[in-house]
Amino acid sequence: MGELFTVEFWDYFGPLLLTGTRDTLVMTVVSTVFAYVLGLPLGVLLILTGEHGICPHRTLNRCVGWVINVGRSLPFIILMVCVMPFTKLLVGTKIGVLGAIPPLVISAAPFIARMVETSLSEVDAGVVEAAQSMGASTFQLVWKVYLPEALPSLILGGSISIITILAYTAIAGAIGAGGLGDLAIRYGYQRREPAKMWVATILLIVLVQVVQTVFSRVSNRIDKRLK
Amino acid sequence: MSDSIIQIEHLTKTFGTGPNAVHALEDISLDIRQGEIFGIIGLSGAGKSTLVRCMNLLERPTSGSITVGGQRLAWMEPDGDSEKLVTVSEKELRLARRDITMIFQSFNLLMQRTCLKNVCFPMELAGISGAQARKRAGELLELVGLGDKANAYPSQLSGGQKQRVAIARALATDPKVLLCDEATSALDPTTTASILSLLKDLNEKLGVTVVVITHQMSVIEEICSRVAILDGGVMAEQGNVQDIFSNPSTDAARRLVYPGGVRVEQVPASSRAVRISFNGGTVYQPLIASLAIDCGVKVNILGADTRNINGHAFGTMLLSLPEDPNDAAKALSYIRAQPNVTAEEVEYHG
Repeated sequence: MGELFTVEFWDYFGPLLLTGTRDTLVMTVVSTVFAYVLGLPLGVLLILTGEHGICPHRTLNRCVGWVINVGRSLPFIILMVCVMPFTKLLVGTKIGVLGAIPPLVISAAPFIARMVETSLSEVDAGVVEAAQSMGASTFQLVWKVYLPEALPSLILGGSISIITILAYTAIAGAIGAGGLGDLAIRYGYQRREPAKMWVATILLIVLVQVVQTVFSRVSNRIDKRLK
Repeated sequence: MSDSIIQIEHLTKTFGTGPNAVHALEDISLDIRQGEIFGIIGLSGAGKSTLVRCMNLLERPTSGSITVGGQRLAWMEPDGDSEKLVTVSEKELRLARRDITMIFQSFNLLMQRTCLKNVCFPMELAGISGAQARKRAGELLELVGLGDKANAYPSQLSGGQKQRVAIARALATDPKVLLCDEATSALDPTTTASILSLLKDLNEKLGVTVVVITHQMSVIEEICSRVAILDGGVMAEQGNVQDIFSNPSTDAARRLVYPGGVRVEQVPASSRAVRISFNGGTVYQPLIASLAIDCGVKVNILGADTRNINGHAFGTMLLSLPEDPNDAAKALSYIRAQPNVTAEEVEYHG
């Protein structure tokens, strides 16, 4: 491990780490945004159409639930290969940062839908009933009751989603997506250079810690139930 | 006689179908008058919450008709050989609900909003502009005595304060009817009394009709002018509170008026009795003993259900009056002269 303290090591590996960190961040952030665009409405739909929801619809609820379960039961590495033709069609390439985003979104959206469902189910049914008794429309119930009341929990769920996607980006690295996970696998597994693997891994750990700390703090700060 | 504001005719509500069906309400007819405080009382499971939820269609009845403020919300229409229930459209219902607001046992405030924002909420739903809504919300918080809590969050308030915010919120759209679903059941007796007097006050000041759902006879006694007694989904009795108190004609009514379970068959049919309510006087006031000492009248306690809460006596007691009419009158006037005690003569139907 002595090489860690040499100028040559950092001259060579430093730029790679920077690019890797950038790629990881881009993949994580872009995928999270699109996964929420898909997953949030699905989670809301699950709550609304659920047995105790405000517009129960058994068939629709089961269909959505089934699709989500299928999405969640596919291991990410297999899903990535399965959706390659679709990825190519959508973004024009199967590899690289761009090629990793569609499978990341497809894999994370069902997960996020379940996270959102759990967060929204914590909203007191009495509060929803009260809003209904005041003449709230379904849209108003979602926008003004469910989402704001569940916001602290949604933000905590957000940190879990981001960290999960971060972990997936490392797997995406196995098929040439780039990023820190890719560095760790290439240098640690294929080239047997543990020092580089550890540096990349420690950076990943730091990223996870930062995300978790920031999101927990924000969630705590905005949660008015605690004060 | 004032106009009717809520009319319910032959209302039934059945949950489930076939052998598992639960008949929550059976053939309920009610007429609530404009500006009155109407009580609906019953034990748990009597169907009172279902009934009040039918009034704003939070619960869709199985059959019958509901008219609120002259607008039909649900009614029966011929459907082939039989009849089917028809309700107003979603949109009309949402508008109608601004006139029939509700408060709840668990307050149901939005926990992530300040008190002021909670009161603004129904106005937001109704599309009233922010500045105007905030102004009115501030006034309403003043009205319920919480002007200084506008920027506090519900979690910082006591139960009684939360219910006051809920009341202010329920009044935001200037409703004709305020439905109170066990609104004081989660509160201690002192807070209950203050919430009830607030409701009475608002009823007098704003003329809003109040419908109170409760399982506590004391609540009815405190503020209601008329009462309906529900028992197992059936309307057992309805009428003026005074009449039902002094002359409960059904078992359900008797169980509520004498929750201690007075064994009426042991009382001679001719005997006179008096029901005493302790409304929070000091417990160190030995009423029965001093009655015997001061008046020389001995009374028999037929039943009692009293509680000592923070040194104050609450509850009711049933005494049989002496046979001698003079003694009886003396005892009655002595009891009536006591502070924090009300007494009324009741008749027995053994």
